[in-house]
Amino acid sequence: MAASPLVKTTPVTNDIAVEIVGMHKWYGEFHVLRDVNLTVRRGEKIVICGPSGSGKSTMIRCINRLEEHQQGTVVVDGVPLTNDLKRIDEIRRDVGMVFQHFNLFPHLTVLENCTLAPIWVRKMPQKQAEEIAMHYLTRVKIPDQALKYPGQLSGGQQQRVAIARSLCMSPKIMMFDEPTSALDPEMVKEVLDTMVQLAQDGMTMLCVTHEMGFARQVADRVVFMDRGEIVEINTPEEFFKNPQHERTKLFLSQILH
Amino acid sequence: MSDIQMRQPHVPWWNEPKNRGFVYQSLLFIVLAFLIWSAVDNASTNMRARGIPTDFSFWNRTAGFDVNLTLIEFSAAASTYGQAFWVGLLNTLMVSVVSIIFATILGFGIGIARLSSNWIVAKLATAYVETLRNLPLLLQLLFWYNAVLKPLPGPRDSVSVPNISFVTPDIVPTIVCAFIGGVGYAATRYARTIGGVAVIVANAIGALLMLTAVAIWLSGVVRFSGKAGIYLNNRGLIFPEFVETADTWPFAIALVVGIVGSLAFRHWARGVQKETGDQMPVALVAMGLIFGLPLLTTLVFGAPFDLARPELRGFNFVGGTRILPEFAALMFGLSLYTASFIAEIVRAGILAVNKGQTEASSALGLTRAQGLKLVVVPQAMRVIIPPLTNQFLNLTKNSSLAVFIGYPDLVQVFAGTVLNQTGAAVQVIAITMAVYLVISLVTSFVMDIYNKRMALVER
Repeated sequence: MAASPLVKTTPVTNDIAVEIVGMHKWYGEFHVLRDVNLTVRRGEKIVICGPSGSGKSTMIRCINRLEEHQQGTVVVDGVPLTNDLKRIDEIRRDVGMVFQHFNLFPHLTVLENCTLAPIWVRKMPQKQAEEIAMHYLTRVKIPDQALKYPGQLSGGQQQRVAIARSLCMSPKIMMFDEPTSALDPEMVKEVLDTMVQLAQDGMTMLCVTHEMGFARQVADRVVFMDRGEIVEINTPEEFFKNPQHERTKLFLSQILH
Repeated sequence: MSDIQMRQPHVPWWNEPKNRGFVYQSLLFIVLAFLIWSAVDNASTNMRARGIPTDFSFWNRTAGFDVNLTLIEFSAAASTYGQAFWVGLLNTLMVSVVSIIFATILGFGIGIARLSSNWIVAKLATAYVETLRNLPLLLQLLFWYNAVLKPLPGPRDSVSVPNISFVTPDIVPTIVCAFIGGVGYAATRYARTIGGVAVIVANAIGALLMLTAVAIWLSGVVRFSGKAGIYLNNRGLIFPEFVETADTWPFAIALVVGIVGSLAFRHWARGVQKETGDQMPVALVAMGLIFGLPLLTTLVFGAPFDLARPELRGFNFVGGTRILPEFAALMFGLSLYTASFIAEIVRAGILAVNKGQTEASSALGLTRAQGLKLVVVPQAMRVIIPPLTNQFLNLTKNSSLAVFIGYPDLVQVFAGTVLNQTGAAVQVIAITMAVYLVISLVTSFVMDIYNKRMALVER
């Protein structure tokens, strides 16, 4: 995989990007995550799928502590997740996240959305932050929208801004939480294209998505979750051709026609 | 197209909506004009018949009554009804402005406290809001005036504050205290590296040690002797008056320099952040400049003010500055009551900002404080400002309840005493109404400009 300008290459000190061991989570009485184990190597692309309510989003949200897990260990980029706020901020800086509903800041322009975190978190000069922002906005093909407000953009454009905003922090890991589920059908492709390009550049990616075409094209492994458990982990070829579990088969028969 | 238009049936002119509208509105206007004219004519005829004044000549006549709180020169013998009007108006404005400031600070604090994850803090804030906003304001004013301030002891038995003086600290106790405090601080630092219940224990021990050190040190330095000249009794709160001395000027100049300097520093720090990305502790430096510089001048030049202490002569105090119980009761009542509404507005404004906004700023690595300052508050303010304006106007209008506890506001002085003495009821009430109308319109106009600026950024 050739080095590309979309991803800053970092010296590999540790081959493991994310390691989840025996993770459990409860919402009150409700057991959302049951004994989740997953190891993600650097540069690996993981697609996570499963029926709604199966705990996919909750799992990746535990990785940057938007949700707290109650049992087990999560180690991100060699840093174990504890209640230490400083550590959590440190991890969040290196883990980018793209949300289903974009969550752009409506009171800031597209450019300001992209420069906010580099300026305040990375303590970058404004000029440098803006240059980097324009670089990534060009990569997601919307440099001409830089001075507009998010409300003036289409859904697909907003999601691409959200991706650029995350990339401006030069994250080591990118997580996508159903990035195309809130989009009109004709805009899904432009966002997926951006994600494919990012994958080709060697980014470590965890994507919760129902886009099986995307899974086939870029995933190194597909994770299938149901009722808070990881039911099956497999390569995309095996996953779609020879699903091992009944629940996987049922799920695939429901979404693939 | 033209064919269809051609075939449209002819509409007689009296059925045209435009013509009908004109006729109906003209009729309505004529009827209204007649009603108003007849009411005015009727009233003025009757007033003349009964010898009630219909003009504004009372304005320049001598008032002949005294007011116990005046911001401008006023005396019963020399001042006019017109001056009484200004006295009342200024008193209304004074109590409104002071109350608005307190209500806003308190309201924001309680509104944020209600959202706190600390159970006790959140429940206390809820109890405050639910109690204060569900009791009639007039009842609350009467409570502060009749149940709290009036039962205070008379001037001879005033509650008084002792005089505080400082002595130079001894070296040995200072070192001992510094050591104890240092150990306490180390304990809180150590608490960050461990987990579980030990965190709480280590923090508690650390805090206790630091507090003990400060307490011991202060007890060796602070002396209480005599009276500070601050008295609380049923005539109000009386405290020393600040009297200008030769050393007042350096102090005042230092204060101005401190404020201007910290504004300049903020501007400079922003420029530096733009250029190099370095962030400077602006708040800390500003505090240092604003408090430190004036303090330094007092050390160099000496005390910036002489204190004219009030003295008990006979049955009352002479000299000093006094806050009347009527003013205090009205201010407490208005501030505390309005704060409960402002708290709800602030809470609603913060809750109105989508949770995804906080999540996005956290996911980007912004700290909780940065997320609040840069993402949540700017969006919440847009929701908060319009209803906040409304509360400011409500407070100003509610200040007319001053009548019931004898605070000399516009309604009490002008629409009360002046009206009774002159009998010019229509004119006096009309002027009073106009004043409140102008205050309200000006306030909402100013807030509207601010609101538009905030809203424009949002788009």
